[in-house]
Amino acid sequence: MAQAIFIILSLITLGCALVVVTNRNLFHSALYLAFVFVGVAGLYFMLQAEFFAGIQVLIYVGAILTLIIFAIMLSRDLMNPNVRGFNRQWWAAAIVAGLLFVVLAVVLWRAPWPAAPVGEPSADFIAELGQALVSPAYVLPFEVVSILLLAALVGSILIARER
Amino acid sequence: MLNLTWLIPVFPFLAFVLIVLFTNPNKKLSSGIAIGSVAVSWVLSWGVFLQSIAGRIGMGEEAFRLHVPWLPTGTEWFPMGVNVDPLSAIMLFMVPFVCLMIFIYSVGYMHGDPRYSRFFAYISLFACGMLGLVVADNLLMLFIFWEIMGLCSYLLIGFWFEKPSAMKAGLKAFLTTRVGDAFMLAGMLLLYSQTGELTFAHIFAPETLEKLAHSQVNLGFLGSLPWASLLAMLIFGGAVGKSAQFPLHVWLPDAMEGPTPVSALIHAATMVSAGVYLVARCFPLFTAVEAGPQLGLVAFIGAFTALFASTIALAQDDIKRVLAYSTISQLGYMIAALGIGAYVAAVFHLITHAFFKALLFLGSGSVIHGSGTQDMMEMGGLRKHMPITFATFMVGTFALAGVPPFAGFWSKDEILADAFHKFTEHGIASWPFFVWLFLTLAAFLTAFYMGRQIFLTFYGESRRPHAHAHESPKSMTYPLIVLAVFAALLGFAGVPEEFPVLGHLLGGNPFHHFVGHEFPATPLNGLVMLISVVMALGGLFVAWLVYGRSPLKEGQPDPLIQALGPVHTVLRRKYYFDELYQATFIRLALWLSEICFAFDNKWVVDPLVNLAGRAGVALSDLGGWIDRTFVDGAVNGVAAVIGWMGGALRQTQTGRVQNYLLVAVLAVFVLLLISVVI
Amino acid sequence: MVPLSWYLIVAAALFCIGLYGILARRNAIGILMAVELMLNAVNINLLAFWRYLTPAHMSGQVFALVVLAVAAAEAAVGLALIVAIYRTRDTVNVEEVDLMKL
Repeated sequence: MAQAIFIILSLITLGCALVVVTNRNLFHSALYLAFVFVGVAGLYFMLQAEFFAGIQVLIYVGAILTLIIFAIMLSRDLMNPNVRGFNRQWWAAAIVAGLLFVVLAVVLWRAPWPAAPVGEPSADFIAELGQALVSPAYVLPFEVVSILLLAALVGSILIARER
Repeated sequence: MLNLTWLIPVFPFLAFVLIVLFTNPNKKLSSGIAIGSVAVSWVLSWGVFLQSIAGRIGMGEEAFRLHVPWLPTGTEWFPMGVNVDPLSAIMLFMVPFVCLMIFIYSVGYMHGDPRYSRFFAYISLFACGMLGLVVADNLLMLFIFWEIMGLCSYLLIGFWFEKPSAMKAGLKAFLTTRVGDAFMLAGMLLLYSQTGELTFAHIFAPETLEKLAHSQVNLGFLGSLPWASLLAMLIFGGAVGKSAQFPLHVWLPDAMEGPTPVSALIHAATMVSAGVYLVARCFPLFTAVEAGPQLGLVAFIGAFTALFASTIALAQDDIKRVLAYSTISQLGYMIAALGIGAYVAAVFHLITHAFFKALLFLGSGSVIHGSGTQDMMEMGGLRKHMPITFATFMVGTFALAGVPPFAGFWSKDEILADAFHKFTEHGIASWPFFVWLFLTLAAFLTAFYMGRQIFLTFYGESRRPHAHAHESPKSMTYPLIVLAVFAALLGFAGVPEEFPVLGHLLGGNPFHHFVGHEFPATPLNGLVMLISVVMALGGLFVAWLVYGRSPLKEGQPDPLIQALGPVHTVLRRKYYFDELYQATFIRLALWLSEICFAFDNKWVVDPLVNLAGRAGVALSDLGGWIDRTFVDGAVNGVAAVIGWMGGALRQTQTGRVQNYLLVAVLAVFVLLLISVVI
Repeated sequence: MVPLSWYLIVAAALFCIGLYGILARRNAIGILMAVELMLNAVNINLLAFWRYLTPAHMSGQVFALVVLAVAAAEAAVGLALIVAIYRTRDTVNVEEVDLMKL
């Protein structure tokens, strides 16, 4: 049952992802990207990372995708299907990406993974995650990320502002 | 103060640099800088002089020396430094002071000259040369400053180079003195090769002189000589050139083409006396061998020149030429004095002569400035128009003629007394007798031609229509007055000790004690003194008889022409020395030059050079062809290959990030593939 | 139960799709979207490893959170850059943005 759901979910996600990278119309791409994000959130859910599924939807679909659509709207002519959307090496890129996937798949398939999870996550792992973030082990990356976000915020405003 | 001695020549040199580089357009500033620099040098020099008088006892026999390493010579450093001994000190008393007077005088004399600043630059450089020469502590430095002076002399004689005669005179002076300098250079090099030293303190050390006196040099068919004699004679060659002694005297009268302050400074007071200074400086070398020919040569040249030049001076009409021959004659006195060993008398005469000859030259400059002519036949009656010039000129004349008690009397008399004393010791057939005889005769002639000059110039009536003579400006007359004071009084520094009343009153010949206490003082000889006074007054009296009793009228010829007949012509033409040199040395030199030119241009050198040139061109053509075909081909080929390869490689450098990324991903794929397969 | 390798293969596929987008797209916004796909693939990996190998540790989660934050920052700065470039150059075609190319 779970396997069936996983396969369906994965196929939808990957199919949408393919549309995202192959569609000439950027706006359509962006819409399909939303499906991809939701599909990935589904995968998170299946991994019992409900919290991540939530913030995936919130941040990616709610924030990043909105930003992307804004950017598409701000730059004219992007949805014009007459403009060539891909460069001259697209076929080479496709071959290389495909070959890479094949090799990766072979590697991953051969690797001796445990058949089942070694344990179950605790019931309130969200609380634990919150504590871990401010614990001595992770507080530094946490703070660095916050600084990064602040810098990105200020930087974006500075770069994109009208002169 | 002695430690600052090395600064004395530096200031005029700085003035030269400043004027040449910066202040040339500003005449007032330029002359101010020149005079200021010499004034500073003068103050320093007199400080050094006074200190060396005061410290005479403390200094002992040792001269003050200050030196630094200069040139590395094999195993040792050649030192450069200053040397203050009584001779230098007494020169430091005279040189900067006379320089300063003449610098001040020049402000008035050169007024309005277009190259005014340049004039001051040159004379500053000259002052540097003379002061450096005086304080130099080795022969090489002395030679360098000697040549600096030679250069300045050339530049200043030819200062008005628009005049062809001035240009030629400069060239003549330069070339003639160069003959002497060649001897001097040879002597210096030989001295260095013999002793390995050029520092005075070392080459005049008793053991060095001893060695030089006792080692013989073989001159082939001329026989053999002690080294000391040969070196002394070669160095004397330099002095002969610089001090215009026979037979290299011809340049000095022509040097009068230069501005009068130059004549006074260089060709009367300082530079020409450098030759005498050189001989005096090298006096230990000259006296190292007792019976050598070198002293006889010096005495003969000096005495002969003294008489010979004074005879020429009789028949000259140019006021400055008379003085020029007088200078030659007086320098002959000094040289002759050195030749008979009268060192103190020579130095004394050098100092007094510098003052009164500078005075006379500046006076003649003032006369020329006031009357507008140099020809004495066109002057006359200037006494009334130029009283200060007249008075000071009279002082100079008395000093030169040897009228007591003016300076020249004491110094000239000391030379004559020395000569007389020596000949009574050595007998009548000795050098000192001829020296005394020649110099006494010359003293008479000196008094006569100076009297002639005075009467022709200042007495009688003007022999030129529309002459409006006027007194010179104060910047010219003040130096005259100062110099006149010295010309009148300086002799008292060297009054013989036994002279009644005066001798004791004046400290018993302080000059002798200062300069030459190691030489015995010549006993006072009343007879010699009497003869010399009679000669001086007699010369002046004869001059009065000929020119003073009935002054020349306009257009009237010189009475001497009648009196002397053809002799006058010979004298007037200076014994035809210029013509003789023209016919011999100069023609020979020109002929040699022609031959060299022909050798160079027509026969050998040019054809050879041309042949070499053509061969070179042919070879170069061949080389060029090889170059173009093979070397260039190879180079171009390599470049082309590399260019082609670069062009091919360039295709990979698209500048597109996506291309690079594609390649990177491909590489990742390959690496992964390898890991999977293996 | 879904095996771990399935998740990993799906993530690899998503990653390679994103890679293709980056290599082939001419449009900067398209490239940015492809980058987001790749980041998602990474996060799937991280969470899958967490769930299957170290469910008791928080490392995987924290790492995923950091990646999320970096993705957000990257999107913000990247889009700001694109807007700025578009404003000055009137294009978002990466092949035409070659001002610094020699």
